Amino acid sequence: MVNPTHKKHIVGAHYGLADWLAQRLTAVVMIVYTLFAFGILLWHGGLDHAAWQALFANQFFRVATFLFMVALLYHAWVGMRNITMDYVKPLAIRLPLQGAIIAALVAYAGWTIAILWGAR
Amino acid sequence: MAATQRPAARPRPVYLDLLAIRKPIPAIVSILHRASGALLFLVGIPALLWGVQASLAAPESYASFRAFVGHPLAKLVALALVWAYLHHLLAGFRHLTQDLHVGLDLGPARRSAAVVFAAALLITLIVAIRLW
Repeated sequence: MVNPTHKKHIVGAHYGLADWLAQRLTAVVMIVYTLFAFGILLWHGGLDHAAWQALFANQFFRVATFLFMVALLYHAWVGMRNITMDYVKPLAIRLPLQGAIIAALVAYAGWTIAILWGAR
Repeated sequence: MAATQRPAARPRPVYLDLLAIRKPIPAIVSILHRASGALLFLVGIPALLWGVQASLAAPESYASFRAFVGHPLAKLVALALVWAYLHHLLAGFRHLTQDLHVGLDLGPARRSAAVVFAAALLITLIVAIRLW
């Protein structure tokens, strides 16, 4: 027999605080990168094609850009998950949709690496 | 049995017509924060990756990339994404300041929302003037 006084109320998955914090940390990373990239653009007074290619040949800029993209993709996951949780109620639609979003984000991460370190 | 019975609840009016409810400026900025975020995921990220990849290509294919993004329709899409990025960034920065308990009162919260709304549009306008 189940003792009714021991009834468990399972509320949420307790990832709320971690995601709240991650959303803010990734936001700070992206703000810093945006100012940094805009600063480079201003410093050079606009970039021609050769300077643009040289910028992306710089290893530090590549790593900084990769960091920005990882922050962006994780940030996008938290945001899109929230949107699907708010508006897509049927589980049979929401879970495949979230799976597709994750697949797209992982594919974008691969694409980012190919752009930054792949052969041109 | 009747001891705990309450009077039947009267049906309450439910009024959630979002288009009819008058929304204060922080509500508008908040909705646009979400809408711009969705737009950045759906269009912005693939467009950014494609654009950077194409712009880094050899001079010949770079020329065709320039021709493509020079099209007025492409410029319009780029401009929409620029606005989405700016609005999302500024509205997010406003959230970060509020997390630090800055500008939480009604007056400052309304003013900062108006500043976010206007600044994103203004910078987008400057970008538009530079694009055309």
